[in-house]
Amino acid sequence: MRIIISILLLVIIALGITLSLVIIPFNESTTQVGEYYIDNGVEETGATNIVTSVVVNYRGFDTLGEVTILFIAAVGLGAVLATSKKSKAGKKKIEPASLVVYTGCRFLFPLIILFGLYVLIHGHLSPGGGFQGGAIIASAFVLIYMGCREKRPAMVLTKVIESIGGLVFIIVGLIGLGIGGYFLLNFLPGGVPNTLLSAGIIPIIYIAIGFKVGSELTGVIDNLIEESE
Amino acid sequence: MDLLSNSVVDFLDNYIYYIGAFGLVFIGLLIILIKRNLIKVIIGLSILETGVNLFLISVGYIKQGTAPIFSKPGLDSAIMVDPVPQALVLTAIVIGVAILALALSMAIRLYRHYGTLNLRKIKEQRW
Repeated sequence: MRIIISILLLVIIALGITLSLVIIPFNESTTQVGEYYIDNGVEETGATNIVTSVVVNYRGFDTLGEVTILFIAAVGLGAVLATSKKSKAGKKKIEPASLVVYTGCRFLFPLIILFGLYVLIHGHLSPGGGFQGGAIIASAFVLIYMGCREKRPAMVLTKVIESIGGLVFIIVGLIGLGIGGYFLLNFLPGGVPNTLLSAGIIPIIYIAIGFKVGSELTGVIDNLIEESE
Repeated sequence: MDLLSNSVVDFLDNYIYYIGAFGLVFIGLLIILIKRNLIKVIIGLSILETGVNLFLISVGYIKQGTAPIFSKPGLDSAIMVDPVPQALVLTAIVIGVAILALALSMAIRLYRHYGTLNLRKIKEQRW
């Protein structure tokens, strides 16, 4: 009965969506604002990756909100799981991983970190950026939790890095407010496009976001793994 | 026969991304509605979110378009896809991760409290 009702409901929703989507043209036009960003983005921001210039420069304030949402989720996860942590009796002994996994994770960890740093530093030049690089860095720490648990980072350290990342974002924005009169003004020179030191404040903010996201996701993983032990 | 297959190809060419995106959305919704295990419901939520992201990306797509990155000189800006939906989806993915983490932590708490993840057996979650 439940299944029939659910499928009926979905069919009704599907009909509504189909009727409304048939008249929307597909794979033709870009929006006017998108065209503006493509035409003037490189000149105005110095970043060759237009998506990055939209995320960090044109819509930088949205990104601040997004980073805040991630922060609140990490804090909320800690708060939801924190109460049960105290009642936990004895810690179970964790069985060490096999030699292959242990060696593999020690070998791969620096390479993954290096790749993550590459992705987040080159956010204004190539596909990637702070969020992607941060996720890659966090995946390196997942490997640490799977393979060599005793080498895991201290949670205080990730909290400190996270706070510094957030502070750098806000302070760079406030410097722009002081110099030019609005938040997140690109006050550094744009430089030559397609070089590493270009695009003004975009690399600085994206590196800060990358470290913040990486340490936040590591904290989330740590909370979930601690809970499942 | 030829005309028919041509029109089918045309139709797929125009709507294949929409079909895929909303296919994922409906699969996710169906899982959320009929599954009883909370972990499976969360997986359904994740699939639904993937479908919505795919839809947003495909709205900004241009036929034979390239990524909006001027990685080398001489790239035609007329065939670049719309960067705005891509930036939106970047936001949506991050928020999706946040939602997934929170939902999983709630699931852990529910399991601690009730000793089961079956939504039929948890009185407050039954519908």
